[in-house]
Amino acid sequence: MVKNITIFTTNTCAYCVMVKKYLDVKHHTYNVVNLDEFPERQAEALSLSGALTVPVTVVTKHDDSREVIVGYNLSKLAPAIA
Amino acid sequence: MSDTTDTPKHDVIIVGAGPAALSAAIYTTREDIETLLFERGVVGGLAAVTDMVDNYPGFPDGIEGLTLAENLRKQAERFGAVIELGEVSKISDEGEYKRLETTEGDMLAKAVLIATGSDYKKIGVPGEQEYYARGVHYCATCDGAFYRDKRLVVIGGGNSAIQEGLFLTRFASHIDILVRSTIKASDVLQEELKKFVAEGKVTVHLGVSTDEIVGENNKVTKVVGTDKATGQKVEFPTDGVFVFVGLMPNSQFLKDSVVKLDEVGFVLTDMNLQTDMPGVFAAGDIRSGATMQIASAAGEGATAALMIREYLEGRPHPAQN
Repeated sequence: MVKNITIFTTNTCAYCVMVKKYLDVKHHTYNVVNLDEFPERQAEALSLSGALTVPVTVVTKHDDSREVIVGYNLSKLAPAIA
Repeated sequence: MSDTTDTPKHDVIIVGAGPAALSAAIYTTREDIETLLFERGVVGGLAAVTDMVDNYPGFPDGIEGLTLAENLRKQAERFGAVIELGEVSKISDEGEYKRLETTEGDMLAKAVLIATGSDYKKIGVPGEQEYYARGVHYCATCDGAFYRDKRLVVIGGGNSAIQEGLFLTRFASHIDILVRSTIKASDVLQEELKKFVAEGKVTVHLGVSTDEIVGENNKVTKVVGTDKATGQKVEFPTDGVFVFVGLMPNSQFLKDSVVKLDEVGFVLTDMNLQTDMPGVFAAGDIRSGATMQIASAAGEGATAALMIREYLEGRPHPAQN
């Protein structure tokens, strides 16, 4: 079960729009960290994902385990939020 | 033939949701032809990840790629097009219906439009795969923000390379653009580029091939290339590399079908945009001979929709008369 979801995004990232759209379709709520507004949080996105890219989606489960999905990757995002 | 009793049936399934697909959907749905689009990536395709589109008619000041994509989506959905997120893995001909195997299960359609577009090519040099998304990138609008006040290398000399290179000037302290031969971008983009070259923010290196992307401690540190005129090795210190060296077709799912591809993998069609599988059409960047322009893709999408209408109504296409 999903406890919460956070997406690291930027203003111009089309793949971020798709992640949000997919989560909307699946009726999940999520927090957005816009790195254009909060560039100081880039290091956090990088340490979570190991990648210099967005979207980075962090799915925290009720047992506090965490899955980090880099990019718009339905084969990983779908099972993570199931 | 597989059982079709419980398999969802549609009039038209469009594989992809880029400009060709969405334009086609606007036309089919306005004619009350029920239409489902299937998209595995971004609605809007490569247009959606392009910073600014300056050559799409009707927008005198240009339009952000993401906004254009969103407008196309809204317009198609306004007339009843349905967009599903998922991937098609196979298309086969079952006569009246075509069967599509998808991540959401099998589906049947009387007609299919393949509009899967293309993706940016890899250069295929050492270091490119190793540092993917950790210093090597193919989407400036996604990843450019990570390079505030850093040095960058952009590889390529076409419209995409120069357009995205110009976008990256918002973030980078300096950009080296490595061009294998000469710049082939439009005159307008080249004029814009000259301003940044004059300011010293961008340096263009013509006749330089890329040989290797080198890193240390998990970070890209330089690009090694060859000056083709002198044969000398040249090095470009950098924090990141953005690659825009052309396009490759998204046609892997068609490899075992009767839909014929050209030697590169683009879909071959007749003059009515129909493939070798009757009732299956192709439009936009995926089609062999496409001009890789958003305006052309939109036009081809409209044409394909009209051809599909003729096909569904059982009328022969002009080429068959």
